[in-house]
Amino acid sequence: MTAAIQLNAVDKRFDSGLEALRGVGFEVPPGQFAALLGPSGCGKSTILRLVAGLDRPSGGRVEVATDGAGSAISYVFQEPTLMPWATLVDNVRLPLRIAGVSRPEARARIAPVLASLDLAGFEDAYPAELSGGMRMRASIARALVTRPQVLLMDEPFAALDEITRARLNDDLLALWRARGFTVLFVTHSVFEAVYLSQRVLVMSARPGRLVADLAVDLPYPRKAELRLLPAYAERCRAASAALESGYGGDLES
Amino acid sequence: MTRPSAPVVLPALVLLGALALWELWVRLAGIPHYILPAPSLVLLTLWENLGSLALSWLFTLKITFGALLLAVIGGVLLAVAFALSRTVELALFPFAIVLQVTPIIAIAPLILIYVESTTAALLICAWIVAFFPILSNTVIGLRAADPNLRDLFALYRASPWQRLRWLLVPSALPYFIAGLKVSGGLALIGAVVAEFAAGAAGRETGLASRILEASFRTEIPKMYAALLLIALTGVAIFLLFNLLSRLLLGRWHASELRPGP
Repeated sequence: MTAAIQLNAVDKRFDSGLEALRGVGFEVPPGQFAALLGPSGCGKSTILRLVAGLDRPSGGRVEVATDGAGSAISYVFQEPTLMPWATLVDNVRLPLRIAGVSRPEARARIAPVLASLDLAGFEDAYPAELSGGMRMRASIARALVTRPQVLLMDEPFAALDEITRARLNDDLLALWRARGFTVLFVTHSVFEAVYLSQRVLVMSARPGRLVADLAVDLPYPRKAELRLLPAYAERCRAASAALESGYGGDLES
Repeated sequence: MTRPSAPVVLPALVLLGALALWELWVRLAGIPHYILPAPSLVLLTLWENLGSLALSWLFTLKITFGALLLAVIGGVLLAVAFALSRTVELALFPFAIVLQVTPIIAIAPLILIYVESTTAALLICAWIVAFFPILSNTVIGLRAADPNLRDLFALYRASPWQRLRWLLVPSALPYFIAGLKVSGGLALIGAVVAEFAAGAAGRETGLASRILEASFRTEIPKMYAALLLIALTGVAIFLLFNLLSRLLLGRWHASELRPGP
């Protein structure tokens, strides 16, 4: 089976001369939940932008295998990135509207997504009237309403409080298990990466390189109790060690 | 909006108090009305000359709102052109700045000479004053869209037209409204100032001409009456655009959001 996401010796150097990525290569098979873990400024977001096609690599190849549908990729930013002038339901409807989906059909597709993210009843609220957690839920709803095959998430929960973050982690896992899309999830939290994903790709400090590719072979569904298990602690320790070796590599260079 | 309280009552009381003091002072000190008329006499004069003043007032209103309408059309179209093309902006922006920084009172006599119709000349003068805030604010507003939202529109392959309608125009709206608030007052000032220049050339139609005419005859109360109408018009324009701003931005933009109870 071909990989959903494939990066081959990808380099990225910006016009300013900043080298963001050097020789990054990995494959994510369809349906996998992969976390991209690394220190701030290591080029994690750059990888997401390259996969999304928002930027072009300076060297190497980036390939996303989808069945050709227009919006097979969705993106969730660190901020909810909602249109402040539009109601929640209009924000979620945006990708469908751009794709020219009729209003009745869009409504039929939006309702279950809102329900699955506990947003039913808030359709007509403006973003300014919602809490930070609800805004992020709306952002995820907008990403999922196109039924994407690949979901790119750029530290989506970093700005949320601990409790909201834990709830959203669980909700995201439930949605992923129900729908089976491929996830590339950027985070700088070791614990979040291990809790969520089947696999943690660890990156070094700038210029970003892949320093470790760790399998997280813990069974789903994962619940809060997982955080207390020795097996979880062990995976976190391994990821932390890899992360630190990435820092070290930077200091030597 | 439903509860007019201290923010309305306090300034109203201060204003009424100031008017009462003025009235008292004029009466007690016996100041002649051809130097400083009492507020009551100004109101009386306004009432007695209502017919001619109302006609002039309508003319001034026509110039003001006509110029503002042209400023909105011209400012927004030019702003869209600037936002679409840096080259157009580089080429034309200096002209906009020159128009903005040259005092209208200095250009008005020339425009009155070149343009046959006085009404058209007055419109042009008021337009020159009013259009720049709309232009510069709208240009900034069209560039102020959230970069992540821009990326999102690119990711979903939005057409340029969709991007303009659903992202750029709403992003620019608060900036445009702020420009409109400034331009509304400026259009009135431009209309009055240009009328002064035209009035000096012998054509009399607007409120400014009434003021000039009254000053030639040392009818000080009538000058005050016309001035009062101009000031009230300015306040009304200000309130009108504040209301518009609240209607358009009330539920989502930080400038109009009220802190919760």
